[in-house]
This record gives sequence, C-alpha cells and structure tokens, in this order.
Amino acid sequence: MLIQINSTNREINIMQTSSQLTFQDKLGAWKARWGINRMNYKVEPGLYSLGNPDENSPVLVTANYKLTFDSLRKELSGLDAWILVLDTKGINVWCAAGKGTFGTTELVNRLLVVQLEKFVAHRTLILPQLGAPGVSAHEVTKLTGFKVVYGPVRAKDIKEFIQSGMKATPEMRTVKFSAYDRLVLTPIELVGTIKPSLMIFGVLFLLNLMGLGPFGLVDFYGYMGAVIIGCVLTPVLLPLIPGRAFAWKGWLLGFVWAVLVNVLNGWPDDPQYSLLRAIGYLLVFPAVSAYLALNFTGSSTYTSLSGVLKEMRIAIPVIIISIVIGCLLILINRFI
Amino acid sequence: MKHRYLKNVTTLKLGQSKCTGCGRCIEVCPHQVLAIVDSKCSIIDKDSCIECGACVKNCPFNALEVRPGVGCAAAVIKSWFTGEEPSCDCSSSGGCCS
Repeated sequence: MLIQINSTNREINIMQTSSQLTFQDKLGAWKARWGINRMNYKVEPGLYSLGNPDENSPVLVTANYKLTFDSLRKELSGLDAWILVLDTKGINVWCAAGKGTFGTTELVNRLLVVQLEKFVAHRTLILPQLGAPGVSAHEVTKLTGFKVVYGPVRAKDIKEFIQSGMKATPEMRTVKFSAYDRLVLTPIELVGTIKPSLMIFGVLFLLNLMGLGPFGLVDFYGYMGAVIIGCVLTPVLLPLIPGRAFAWKGWLLGFVWAVLVNVLNGWPDDPQYSLLRAIGYLLVFPAVSAYLALNFTGSSTYTSLSGVLKEMRIAIPVIIISIVIGCLLILINRFI
Repeated sequence: MKHRYLKNVTTLKLGQSKCTGCGRCIEVCPHQVLAIVDSKCSIIDKDSCIECGACVKNCPFNALEVRPGVGCAAAVIKSWFTGEEPSCDCSSSGGCCS
C-alpha cells in the first residue's frame, strides 16, 4: 500500500549546502567534542541540495546533528546530490538509530514532508549503514515505494560506493575503532568529571576545616591521575591493556598508578608513610579509574548491552566497596 | 585487528528455517557476525555481536532476534535507581552518544 498525499498546497523548500567546511564549522566540531553546545548542535531537518543535483542525482540520508551533517558533506566535493536530513534531535546517526529517532517513521515522514518524489525520478535512498538499527528497509519500501540502499559505514567511502554502482566492499561495511577514533572521544569523558571532581574537592576542603584532614597535594594529584587514567589513558590504550572488560582494564592501570603514587611518596621505606594510607590509595584510585573506564563502554563501537551488564554486576559493587573502605582507611589514618 | 569484548553474552538468535539467504543481515551488520553458508545466512562470529539490532530490523522474514538495548553503563546505573528501562537521554555529563 503506497501512501499518497495531495501535497499541491504545501510549500516546497530546498536548502542549499556545499562540501566546504568553514572555520566556524571546524570550530563548532571541536567545541562539540569538548562538550560545548553539544546538545544543541543541529541543522534544520529537510531537503538539501549539494552542487547541482537533478532528478537522477543520488539521495543521501543523514541525521541533523551538525557534526554528522558536516562529516558527510565534506566528503562529497565534486558531487551533485540531494541530502535528506532527518530530525534526530541533534543526535548522530548510530545513537539515533539505536534510540529509534533515525528510524522508519521519521524517514517516511520526512520523505513526505519534503515531497522528495517531486525532485527525483528514481526511487532510491542511500542510507548510512549505521542507520540500520533504526530503519526497517523493507517497511520503508512498503510504505513509500522508495528502495533503501545501505551505503558504507564511513562517509569517505561514499564516492567510491556510488561510482562502483552502489557496491560496498566488506571493508566499507566494517566499523573500526582506531586509536584516533578513541582519542577524539576522550575530551567529553574528561569534561564530564569536572562537576563531580569539584564536589569531591569541596568535601575534602570541608573535612580539612573540620580538622579531619589535612588532604593535600598528594591526594589531589593521586585522584586527578586516576581520573585521567580512566577517561583518557585506558580508552587510548584499550586493545593493548590485558583483559576484555573495560572496568578491569581501568582498574589495572589505576592500580599501577596507585602503587606509583605510594612509592613516589616514600612507601614502603619511609616509616612516616602509613600502611593504612597506602592501602587506602590502592583501594580508591584504581576504583575511580575502573568506574570511568567502564563508562567508556557507552562510547565504544564493539561492546554489547549484555556484556556491559555482565561487567557491571561485578564491577559496580566492587568499586563501591573499594572506595568506601579505602576512604575509611584514609580517614582513620588521619586520627592515629 | 578485531576488537574483542566479553564472550558468550550475546542474545542473538537466528532461526534458519525462516531464512531465505537474502543477505540483508550481512549487509547491515557492522562487525561481520553473519555470512552466507550453504546458501543461507549463518552466525559466524557470535562474540562480535553488539546487539545493535540492525539485522533483526532488516530481516523481512523475522528470522533473527536479539535483545537490543542501550549499552551505556551510565544509563544502566540510572535505570537501576529509577526502575525504568535504560534510555539514552544523553545528558551532557554522560559518555554516550559522542
């Protein structure tokens, strides 16, 4: 059953775009990576023309997260194409697909709203492969008559994909997670720790005032080191760290750091350096790193919910208990 | 080099009786979990499955099933407290949806 709408009264709106990224675009991308204005970095959904497309030009479908839109169009220099931007509430393709907003319903709606059938003679849509979790290709065809072709995972392969007659190599269909891919995800992880860290420093400051301190430089850099290990070092070194679970990987590196912090401050030779404090650090810092590393599963490309749940059922209780006991030991140490 | 996560956890299932070998699942899988074996689709690398649901969504014959879900640890923890289904509401402090 094809849905037909008498749309002669509706306004037709095509927005022009190009494959050129301006300084503002690149700055905006950098800011988004650091969490600045990230939740509102959108372009208007609808139909865009890139170059000089006609009724035979390909139609590429994407999300209205500006970083996504820019990442797509910058790979299309020299092409004449239509870009159909779906309203994914400013979220990238893969996440939106998982949520359902880059989905069958939105795609069908957007097709009808922009009246795409008036601009192209063919009835083919090229979707990013990572939109597949949200889109049922055969449903789209049933409802609109448009055929869905899944293009490559990476925009940079689109030109070759189109030129080879809509054929994708297995390489084009595989998601990678290189060190660089992992690195660009770390700023946002780090920025997410600012508020909780400031609260922790606040608490330590108050404890100092109450005479339960003194918490000082070593506690500070020990904690910051654990944060950087969990948010940055573990993600970047990910495949090189032994073990499969992310929490474990974070814990391992965090443990090495905690030992280092102890050794740098006199343990075990200096009798002034209490065992309680040393053990306290060994319990707290790796747990902090483990928790932050565990959170990186949400940004990774190869973890599953079932796997994360399995990890968490063990990791979360262990982390909580470690931190509580470790903090207690450190506090007790201040009294004796 | 293929990244490897935990083993034997995925909920992916393929009902060969419904499979016609159309290959849509292979086309959409981001980790080459499936391949054609004896003119039908088959799971060849189960532990690489990330339960994204792309194959399930795009199988016209309902031969596949998986328990999809937000794989974001922060969302899961939140759902333990709220009692609701984990959802990617993408708070700016979360690590998901980068």
